[in-house]
Amino acid sequence: MEKILEIDSVTAGYGDQVVLENVNLAIHEKDFIGIIGPNGGGKTTLLKVIMGVVKPFRGKIRFFTSVEENERRITGYLPQMNNLDRNFPISVTDVVLSGLMSREGFFSLYSGKQKKLAYSILEKMGIYHLRNKPVGELSGGQLQRVYLSRALISSPRLLMLDEPSTFVDTRFETDFYEILRQLNKEMAIIIVSHDVGTITWYVKTIACVNRFLHYHRSNVITQEQLEAYNCPIQLITHGDIPHTVLKKHEKDHD
Amino acid sequence: MIESFAELMQYRFFTNALLAATLASIACGIIGTYIVSRRIVFISGGITHASFGGIGIGYYYGFNPILGAAVFAVISALGIEMISKKTGVREDSLIGILWSLGMATGIIFVFMSPGYAPDLMGYLFGSILTVSGNDVFQMAILAVVIILFFILFYKPILFIAFDQEYAKTHNYPVQLMNCILITLVALTIVMSIRVAGVILVLSLLTIPQTTANILTRDFRTMIFWSVVFAFAGSITGLLVSFQLDIPSGASIIFSLILLFLAVRISGWTLSRVRLMKQMNGKLPHQRLADKKR
Repeated sequence: MEKILEIDSVTAGYGDQVVLENVNLAIHEKDFIGIIGPNGGGKTTLLKVIMGVVKPFRGKIRFFTSVEENERRITGYLPQMNNLDRNFPISVTDVVLSGLMSREGFFSLYSGKQKKLAYSILEKMGIYHLRNKPVGELSGGQLQRVYLSRALISSPRLLMLDEPSTFVDTRFETDFYEILRQLNKEMAIIIVSHDVGTITWYVKTIACVNRFLHYHRSNVITQEQLEAYNCPIQLITHGDIPHTVLKKHEKDHD
Repeated sequence: MIESFAELMQYRFFTNALLAATLASIACGIIGTYIVSRRIVFISGGITHASFGGIGIGYYYGFNPILGAAVFAVISALGIEMISKKTGVREDSLIGILWSLGMATGIIFVFMSPGYAPDLMGYLFGSILTVSGNDVFQMAILAVVIILFFILFYKPILFIAFDQEYAKTHNYPVQLMNCILITLVALTIVMSIRVAGVILVLSLLTIPQTTANILTRDFRTMIFWSVVFAFAGSITGLLVSFQLDIPSGASIIFSLILLFLAVRISGWTLSRVRLMKQMNGKLPHQRLADKKR
């Protein structure tokens, strides 16, 4: 499958603090990668390195794009919920349109075409009727769809989600992963989560990030691996929430 | 009353005051919406009080105190914006330091200046009736700059104010825009010191916006209503202060607060009436009582 981007022995961090060390990862079309790891292990930093917000100390990121694709954004991003001010006076449509911001479009107001694009995405997400509402009046699940719409409006080739399950109650969560599964037919997805149990059921591959990155070419991880990388585990689930039972350590089989 | 208003308009100082109130309402309505939305009211308080240092130095060396205030305000604004991010000093602690440092500097220099400082109270509490034609001219320039800047850069201002971290992922010049906006905040504060004074100027940047926020939760509409309420409050305050011969800054603030209460109460009553209609003329607790019976 075609490669979208390649992270080549990247070391990155903030100030003189190294958060990621010698990370290698290639992302292909239709990948669905779950990134797990402890808090402060560098999960979000990895996403920021891919988006170019954090510049690596060493190593580089290579994008494999055709010339006409350089015109548009490759990545769509859904940040963590807790950084957002829900009382800010802004409407749903404006939030979605902010996914189109770029240095070039600095002056102009939105064209009618951009607004139509925003409406069509809101319709797909089932929240067209909320288009003129201020974000403060939405429920967690609705808000998550707004931010997903913002990430999707630039039709990215790689969608990156940072802890999307902190947004919502578990009933909404099942729907949300179903949407992601549909989107995965058109784009690669990286999802950062502390919730190992739920995401392993949906993702195709798993990467553990704890300063170093360990990539598994399947969505089954062993207890031994989890312990080795000090990945936090959340395995107890109830009702309809699908979850993966992790393989036991081989020594336990006697 | 109308006659006396026509009479008043013949006085130069009164037309100047009216113009100053109008221009300050426009600048504060726009900038205040940004301040309230971004929750940087405390930063603005710091900038306001830091500017008093410049007023004192202006007094002592005999140049226009407003010029000194502008220099102090812009430096402390950019200082808060940049230093806390670069050095890891807590932002609110830094604001506290600049706040008190500015006031201390100001009072030392005013104290050292020879003679009595008659318009010191004006700088502290506002004296819109002593605004000069030159002041009005400076305020007009600032108002035009702010209007143009917000029309040209409406999108980036809104997006960066709403979600800075996300704007950074789109390679937006977040830091540059923040610096320009905080400079405009500082200049708006300094220009409005003539109207409401160092101690009271925060009112023009927060009360009309809070009133507007009752009516709307859209940034653009909030700017519009903030300007309207700031204008209504400051003109009413100006006339009341003239009629009753009380300090103009304080009477403007009371007008703004009364306006806020009026909108708040009528909004509350309206929603109550609407609810009564939906519930067949009974309020929820009355319905509950009916059910129990």
